[in-house]
Amino acid sequence: MKTQSSGIRYEYGGDEFIFVELSEEMSLDALFKGLVITQTLKKRGLTGIIDICSANASFMIRFDPDLIHPDELISELITIEKNIEGTDHIQINSRLIEVPVLFDDPWTKEALMRFRKNHQDPNATDLEYATRINGFKTKEEFINHFTSYPFIVSMLGFVPGLPFYFQLVDKEKQIEVPKYVTPRTFTPARAVGFGGAFGSIYPVDGAGGYQLLGIVAPEILDIKQRLPSFEDSMVFFRQNDIMQFRAINMEEYEEIRERVKRGTYQYKMTEISYSLKEIMEDYEGFANKVIRRLYND
Amino acid sequence: MIKVRKPGIETTVQDLGRIGYYSIGVPPSGAMDKYSYNIGNMLVGNVPNTASLEATYIGPELEFLDSTIISITGAECIPKINGQPVSMWQALAVKASDVLSFGLLKKGARIYIAVRGGIDVPIKMGSRSTYITCGIGGFEGRSLKKGDVLKVSNMVENKVKTEIEIPETLHLDFTDIHTIRTIPGLCNYRITRASHDNFFSTEWTVTPDANRMGYRFRGIKLDFVPREQPFGAGSDPSNVTDLGYPIGSIQIPAGIEPIALLNDAVTGGGYATIGTIISTDLNKMGQIKSNEKVKFQIVTLEQALIARKEIKEKLFRVSEFLKENVYTGV
Repeated sequence: MKTQSSGIRYEYGGDEFIFVELSEEMSLDALFKGLVITQTLKKRGLTGIIDICSANASFMIRFDPDLIHPDELISELITIEKNIEGTDHIQINSRLIEVPVLFDDPWTKEALMRFRKNHQDPNATDLEYATRINGFKTKEEFINHFTSYPFIVSMLGFVPGLPFYFQLVDKEKQIEVPKYVTPRTFTPARAVGFGGAFGSIYPVDGAGGYQLLGIVAPEILDIKQRLPSFEDSMVFFRQNDIMQFRAINMEEYEEIRERVKRGTYQYKMTEISYSLKEIMEDYEGFANKVIRRLYND
Repeated sequence: MIKVRKPGIETTVQDLGRIGYYSIGVPPSGAMDKYSYNIGNMLVGNVPNTASLEATYIGPELEFLDSTIISITGAECIPKINGQPVSMWQALAVKASDVLSFGLLKKGARIYIAVRGGIDVPIKMGSRSTYITCGIGGFEGRSLKKGDVLKVSNMVENKVKTEIEIPETLHLDFTDIHTIRTIPGLCNYRITRASHDNFFSTEWTVTPDANRMGYRFRGIKLDFVPREQPFGAGSDPSNVTDLGYPIGSIQIPAGIEPIALLNDAVTGGGYATIGTIISTDLNKMGQIKSNEKVKFQIVTLEQALIARKEIKEKLFRVSEFLKENVYTGV
């Protein structure tokens, strides 16, 4: 177990995993550093690497210790990390995706009302609670903030295809909410959650501890790969995708569900290229670029 | 083909697991006790990683529609063919219309039923294992039901001789208090020194929440080192910025009831983790029942690697024993 002078922690996760914490707090810098290190490692194509799992401010490698000793892997990672010359200018090419969401919907509301006992604010909904503790006056103001700045998919996991995403906005404007005191045993599929500084979408019904804000209309996981957006993978989102949420009403929600059922729904999306520097120097500018790329180009 | 007359509590198709999709949130699934699973396959002469049945707590009742060779390994139980007790840890010949059934388990939690040729279900992402949460793999993505008819594949590589039991020293060995070897780390810096020591000296009780996803333990409350929570983590002292969970890692939500994350577990989340169970002892975890006692023992990485070698060596001895016993005998 080694802690580098840079503050990065390298830890054994049993005999088959290395866990590397780049930062205890979330930052775009830590996210990008993790991306660069894991992508460099992937390119090296070392024998014995099974999984490279990049996360929000950390990453994890699964390996076969019969083929590569974890200490050898750690030295490799330290070398890669030392050779990174800043992450600011690295250009990321990914996808920009519009995500239609029905906020304050009846299904997540029904689910969250079942778990009011032990909730931080038993007399409000999760959306009302998130609105209040983040200093917004109305739910509409909260929703407006949520849909005004894009998010970056920072991690996949929990269950297959669940995206964790982080809003590209000044730190002072970041939404932050606690996770549930006691996790729910039920969350409807496609529910939009929020916990800490991260959003998520639950791909299937199941347990969950994030505050529930609404429901996404299209599928994000398609095991049988029937829908057009899932030809390459049963999982829709990828790390680095930029998400732009759009609030929809019940009528449009039902219309999208109908198209999903018929197998004709396709996400509105396009390609996008960006750098950390570009985002951090001008969040407003990046938000505008996203809107232009999505709706005008 | 094999007809399911009674499914037991949870009987699923499993192999060595779905490897290489962890980064998109797909857990490996696969046999919980791979030691017993591997020996089961070796006994019936299957190629490694052929699919078998894993039954939890209560064995299924199966009718064989063709004659074949099977083996029963894992939890100590009394398997019966047409009501007559038969031995575990050996290859058994069954005829068409024979019925396999099980009495109550004496020790352990999971039985492995291997069939010569393997259970034939479609391969999904490199594996035939069932992941029930998302309905991926196995027999229609779920545990078996009464009336299901399973096809048998032909993934055979060795001849076998029936009625020869492998030596008892190579069976599973069960203890009353399970000692689970663990490498501390990950986010254990969040737990106070005293609580950290207490975690490893406490005798934990497995709660009824113990399944393929994970095992929850009741014991003491653990305290966290006070801090101002970092941005993004969430406000509970047990919260960390969401990260990946290694298979076998132990998370401590709110400092109470630690959860060991196993084959079908969530692959990431935002709770501090105190350490990781070594890969060989995950087999042992898979044979622990609710209400049994567990102690976590600190080991080093080198000790974990030695344990890996030991279990490989044991499996090698089984294969050598079976080789010697194929053509000899009566």
